Amino acid sequence: MIEVRNVEKSFGTAKVLKGITTTFDTGKTNLIIGQSGSGKTVLLKSLLGIHTPDSGIISFDGRVLSQMDSDERRELRTEIGMVFQGSALFDSMTVEENVAFPLKMFTQKTPAEIKERVDFVIDRVNLVNAHHKKPSELSGGMQKRVAIARAIVNNPRYLFCDEPNSGLDPKTSIVIDNLIHEITVEYNITTVINTHDMNSVMEIGDKIVFLKEGILAWEGTKKDIFKTDNEAVTDFVYSSNLFKKIRKSQNKEDI
Amino acid sequence: MILLRYLTHIGRYFLMIREVFVKPTKWSVMRGLIFKEIDDLVIDSLGIVCFISFFVGGVVSIQTALNLTNPLIPKYLIGFATRQSVILEFAPTFISIIMAGKMGSFITSSIGTMRVTEQIDALEVMGVNSLNYLVFPKMVALILYPFVIGISMFLGILGGWMGGVYGGFTTSAQFIQGIQTEFIPFHIAYAFIKTIMFAFLLATIPSYHGYYMKGGALEVGKASTVSFVWTSVVVILSNYILTQLLLA
Repeated sequence: MIEVRNVEKSFGTAKVLKGITTTFDTGKTNLIIGQSGSGKTVLLKSLLGIHTPDSGIISFDGRVLSQMDSDERRELRTEIGMVFQGSALFDSMTVEENVAFPLKMFTQKTPAEIKERVDFVIDRVNLVNAHHKKPSELSGGMQKRVAIARAIVNNPRYLFCDEPNSGLDPKTSIVIDNLIHEITVEYNITTVINTHDMNSVMEIGDKIVFLKEGILAWEGTKKDIFKTDNEAVTDFVYSSNLFKKIRKSQNKEDI
Repeated sequence: MILLRYLTHIGRYFLMIREVFVKPTKWSVMRGLIFKEIDDLVIDSLGIVCFISFFVGGVVSIQTALNLTNPLIPKYLIGFATRQSVILEFAPTFISIIMAGKMGSFITSSIGTMRVTEQIDALEVMGVNSLNYLVFPKMVALILYPFVIGISMFLGILGGWMGGVYGGFTTSAQFIQGIQTEFIPFHIAYAFIKTIMFAFLLATIPSYHGYYMKGGALEVGKASTVSFVWTSVVVILSNYILTQLLLA
């Protein structure tokens, strides 16, 4: 479980996070949603330790991030898998080498053991005939699968995804969403996804944290999100015509 | 304000150098990276270095010959001037300036692209010391840089010999006599001391500009240009300081 208590972060005079308090549960897909500029990415980067909060506490299963020295942080990071918005695959490496990278860096596995594990995770993310291709030869969806494979190859306890659906078509987005959700449940990891895609919310959102202008405006489950009267949430959710229709049909059913 | 900005860059550059040596990457991985950098930075530079050195050596020889209009000045001075120019300045300093463009822009753009595409963030999030992973292999690879400069010296003098002899400006015996005249072995040591210093600058200044760049693809191009300018400036300044310290 990841605990966030009263986290604040400013850049110059701009206060981006204004006292965020929440928890991200193990074995659950936790989504951070909100409009662009709401502080989602800053919160995610604060969780990852890329940004240091001005105040507040972030703890990973009781281990407080701000109390760790640089070695302890690096140790913690070996327990973290991250899927970046642009996949962030290493251009100079093949798919196989990208996925094997964390194992080569942080384990004492033999080349045969690494090969076996890499083949397993590449199969797990349903990548076919891509082992020896370079990232530039792959489609956006395939790159995301490689990024997920790389993120889970070293059995992380925590998985972070920044806009995993950006640039993907709706069908591929759903496949990627479901893949992340399946992996979360299968390996019992704490997954935190940063998104503004309402389809993802409906597909895989076990817990949803809604940010508005750096404030945690609402949190709940995907079932709750359609019932809430929180104006900030309804403004965001029903900005899509599709969800307006869902809302109307739900209201009719209630009547 | 400008002074403060320069001081900030200088301070951050030295902090970067310190960070390069903290938490080293696993040797089995680092070994592969070093060989890759040797290939990218040293081997790939040999062609252009050989080409430029040979022809510039030839030009130095011809230019010297054309300026020796007084018949009292011995022709062996063509070989002497070529040797001195090539060994003392052309090979170590001017090849380094050319390498600031060739190697330097390669280093800045490759690291800068990794920054823009979040690959450096990916390394950091995984718990890898990205500075050690990216910069240290370049520093080690450029230990071979004096080897490149050695080849440049040899080809520069060979080009001078061919330009002088086959251009009909001097005889082979006169040119070789000039090469041997008043030869001071310390000049070779001086040239290689400079080369080692320049190798360090060539590996680290472009890395600094790539690593700390902000923005997108356009900024990668700008960072490469700025990196070339600053590497050249620092190479020239350190050339002056080392010459003052070692020869004056």
